[in-house]
Amino acid sequence: MGVKLLLDKAHVEGIRYYDVYRREGGYRSVEKALKMSPADIVEEVKKSGLRGRGGAGFPAGMKWSFIAKPEGVPRHLVCNADESEPGTFKDRYLMEFLPHLLIEGLIVASFALGSNATYIYIRGEYAWIPDILEQAINEAKANGWLGKNIQGSGFDCEIYVQRGAGAYICGEETALIESLEGKRGNPRIKPPFPAVKGVWDRPTVVNNVETLAAVVPVINMGGEEYSKIGVGKSTGTKLISACGNINKPGVYEIDMTISVEEFVYSDEYCGGIPNGKRLKACIPGGSSVPILPANLLFKTAKGEQRMMNYESLSDGGFATGSMMGSGGFIVLDEDQCVVKHTLTLARFYRHESCGQCSPCREGTGWMEKILKNIETGKGKMSDIDLLWDIQRKIEGNTICPLGDAAAWPVAAAIRHFRDEFEWHVNNPELCLTQNYGLAHYADAREVVVS
Amino acid sequence: MAEEQKLFKVTIDNITVEVEPGTTILNAARKIGGDVAPPAMCYYSKLKGSGGKCRTCLVEVAAGSTADPRPMPKLVASCRTTVMDGMIVKNITSERVIDARAGVVEFLLLNHPLDCPVCDQAGECHLQDLSYEHGKAGTRYEFSRRTFEKHDLGPYIQLHMTRCILCYRCVFTADQLTNKRVHGVLDRGDHAEIATYIEKALDNDFIGNVIDVCPVGALTDKTFRFKNRVWFTKPVDAHCGCDKCSGKVTLWMRGDEVFRVTARKDEWGEVEEWICNTCRFERKKVSDWTIEGPTQVSRHSVISQGHYVGITKPAETIDKVMGRKPQLLMDIHTVSGVNDPNVDLSEIEGPAHSDDFKKQ
Repeated sequence: MGVKLLLDKAHVEGIRYYDVYRREGGYRSVEKALKMSPADIVEEVKKSGLRGRGGAGFPAGMKWSFIAKPEGVPRHLVCNADESEPGTFKDRYLMEFLPHLLIEGLIVASFALGSNATYIYIRGEYAWIPDILEQAINEAKANGWLGKNIQGSGFDCEIYVQRGAGAYICGEETALIESLEGKRGNPRIKPPFPAVKGVWDRPTVVNNVETLAAVVPVINMGGEEYSKIGVGKSTGTKLISACGNINKPGVYEIDMTISVEEFVYSDEYCGGIPNGKRLKACIPGGSSVPILPANLLFKTAKGEQRMMNYESLSDGGFATGSMMGSGGFIVLDEDQCVVKHTLTLARFYRHESCGQCSPCREGTGWMEKILKNIETGKGKMSDIDLLWDIQRKIEGNTICPLGDAAAWPVAAAIRHFRDEFEWHVNNPELCLTQNYGLAHYADAREVVVS
Repeated sequence: MAEEQKLFKVTIDNITVEVEPGTTILNAARKIGGDVAPPAMCYYSKLKGSGGKCRTCLVEVAAGSTADPRPMPKLVASCRTTVMDGMIVKNITSERVIDARAGVVEFLLLNHPLDCPVCDQAGECHLQDLSYEHGKAGTRYEFSRRTFEKHDLGPYIQLHMTRCILCYRCVFTADQLTNKRVHGVLDRGDHAEIATYIEKALDNDFIGNVIDVCPVGALTDKTFRFKNRVWFTKPVDAHCGCDKCSGKVTLWMRGDEVFRVTARKDEWGEVEEWICNTCRFERKKVSDWTIEGPTQVSRHSVISQGHYVGITKPAETIDKVMGRKPQLLMDIHTVSGVNDPNVDLSEIEGPAHSDDFKKQ
């Protein structure tokens, strides 16, 4: 049983409400933080090695220290709750069951950054969660944790919940800021970065829900202690939302010291693949990170065991590795078709491209059309190379990371599953009725049919 | 106390230029000029906030600055990246840039109809120039292109969305000219379209300028549509005493007829001074204008073809170069009886016949 810092109280009855949450030791970190200086809190977060949980894994303390502090200009903290990555649902779990944990983290972070008006930008499809959050905010306010002069410290803070309108791109921090300002959610061209010019041209920090929630244990136990959990630069705990062909889909908190193999097969976590099927592939960090075949998922190219942490998952670069990403762990068993799966993702990115810059706007649609041809048996062998060339020309040439996110899954699918693409081209009739199934990248594990 | 501002030294394609801090790479490259200047489809120096969208101006930064000489990992949009002292930029000397640019051109042309033969912009189209210079001959796209209905934006402007490459220039123009946000982008991704608020006409004295900023033929002048090809008309600089705008325009004439009035454009195809709708759409008589003289058109432009502007008589003669007089290789009249120099063709009635030459 690994350490649990975020979800340890998730199953306490009534933890959603203030009284129970406070009784279980909630808001201690705010009490502690208000006695510290803001700079000390930032220092503490830096020491903890806490990395952004939204996908990029940028050190949170570092991000906080970058915020510009011009005289007389208000600063803002924005919580990115626009969790729209296919396969990722950890923030939803946190906000639904532990809204006060997020509010607590937000108050501490607002104090550290000097934000008197803090925003939670929540995805439009999470229609019922703003009510939960607003109730928690009202409860916190009634008990003096928000509003004017919090707990007699002289610090004022308000938290506002803003609903998105259902665009994936608004999870990109500058598009989120545009949308928050009431504009069309187009990503801004950087620089200037939000730390200098964010919401209404004021210095802004945008953090993921889980990052902000993790600030609470960091303050409670101290940065030094927090950094001892986990391994190397992957400190603390990470929420993984596991889904796909596994026995126990759900949100799991791991301390980043377990292996991928253990995560997939142990009963404590995913509980193995249902119906005695074998593992074919896995996307370890949400739909935009490269897909890995089973043989590269459990072992790195060097033959070491792959662990569930930032470094180990990205070991080998994109050639033989993937990324931790946002922690959306999608498992595909032998019955899944990688081409169809890639088409689904390509369709998603085509639909969600904002249309601002040309490589992403035109390229995502093109990739989808080609993939659709291959999937429906109308593909040509040259289409596979064409797909590769298109993704190469999108990647890195766009304003925001959506272009990369659209290119990587296609690139990885071709890189690791080219034989499956070729099989689709060579068997146009068969591919409509049958799946390619497993190949050399199969998991060698013996199938136990129960 | 005149504090001397330190100039930044930036090297673009091995040519060093000194520019003021805060200049973008693109503008520094334009200072050098020629092929070094990256193409720009969406950036417009007169429009605040424009640029960064089309990705044609991508360049490679080989060294960030003297203080931090690390290269930038990704290609950067030169129109939105400011120079640093000691920056080394590779534009046409970088294969990565050429490759990425060819990709961008291909992307831009994916959904662009190849209706240049009937498009009013043909001949002065930036996308035509761009694809000619940086694109590939064929397309690898085998699917149907997206199409839209044509829309009228008021009595003078027609929007042909099918041709649009979503550069957002007209959106910035409309935003910066008008108080209300009436002109913008609907939808997203490859089905995004330029539109006005509930099909509203664009109502502003200067709104005609959206036609000039459009790099392709998506926004066209309804008073000029299908009237003529731009290369058949002759551009002439003219001015008038307009009380709304500077009155400095280019007239596009054929004979005595003014076919079209546009603002004057600089060498990068950007409008020098905005002109008002009255000048653009209503002053279509030569008597409305004071003619200044022919417009200087780049020799590479199709518009300059056949105009012979700026051609000087070569100083070299055959005598000097070859060291001999020009000589006749063959006297055609000794072998052929046709076109005998002694026969005056005008005196022959009807079409000439070989018998006509044999008579004498």
